Amino acid sequence: MTQNTTPIWEVFIRSKNGLDHKHQGSLHASDAEQALQNARDVYTRRSEGLSIWVVESRHITASQPSDEGSFFEPGEKIYRHPTFYNVPDGVKNM
Amino acid sequence: MSENYLYNYLVRLADNALIFGHRISEWTGKAPTLEEDIALSNFALDFIGQSRSLYSYAAQVEGKGRDEDQLAYLKLSHEYKNLLLLEQPNGDFGYTIMRAFIYSTFMHKFWIKMINSADKTLAAIATKAEKESAYHVRHSAEWVIRLGGGTEESHKRIQQSADEVWRFTAEMFETDEVEQSLTEQGIAFDPQDIYQDWLSYVKEIFEIATLQVNQDVFMRTGGRNGQHSEYLGYILTELQWVQRTYPNSQW
Repeated sequence: MTQNTTPIWEVFIRSKNGLDHKHQGSLHASDAEQALQNARDVYTRRSEGLSIWVVESRHITASQPSDEGSFFEPGEKIYRHPTFYNVPDGVKNM
Repeated sequence: MSENYLYNYLVRLADNALIFGHRISEWTGKAPTLEEDIALSNFALDFIGQSRSLYSYAAQVEGKGRDEDQLAYLKLSHEYKNLLLLEQPNGDFGYTIMRAFIYSTFMHKFWIKMINSADKTLAAIATKAEKESAYHVRHSAEWVIRLGGGTEESHKRIQQSADEVWRFTAEMFETDEVEQSLTEQGIAFDPQDIYQDWLSYVKEIFEIATLQVNQDVFMRTGGRNGQHSEYLGYILTELQWVQRTYPNSQW
């Protein structure tokens, strides 16, 4: 009979300005504000971040293991990798 | 003499933070959800951190060679000067949240004013504590709204908690010669200055939460002068056990 009033949310945190938000984990919350607060309490108490995103897990569409062949096996096409360029020394976070 | 006033003032603030931090820490491991368990433990750590800063400074002001541990763990019951509100048992989750909301709202406004204290150390402690208390208000207010507008049962219980908490609120705004003297020196201020601000924010949240302020209650005070309810004794038994059993033990 228990009603699930606290769905699962995924938490993304940006650790430094200029970096992307990275997935940190998930938690339960009844709405967005509570999810944000819970994320703050669970994931950012040790100066892990500057910005938090939360999104309810049901809004994420995930690929299936059966998609593996058509999604992830491009074969031997090395020209798809930008490995022929030299990255200048001054560029960070690449 | 003024040193003495400052010492007493700091001990009151420190005792508030320690006793409330201890009360909230009692939720660790048994809050309604894992997330809330962590949130409340964080609250407790914030308050205990504040108490450490305040006790250290109080010990320095006192100048008798005592340290923060002696002020926190080796006083007798009547030497604690915390508000009666903070030593009351946690009750249910609603009571814990309501008390946290009422008290944190007061402390948030308190620290904002204290940032301008003529005492530089107190001002620095206030700058840090203000940020923490802003979050305590945000988190507890959200729960007050949620419980007030939740089910019939949650509404009934959080309203009851509001009524029970209210009779301890007058003590937050009391003053005696300690505050008066320090106010004249620009170190402290009269808490009446933040009463309207405090009340209007509480009412604002209560309105969203469909709760009533029942102001017609008999106000209980005494903690600030060391006259406590029976509950403090039980807290101290637990809090002081290690220091009393193994004197001078260190981490």
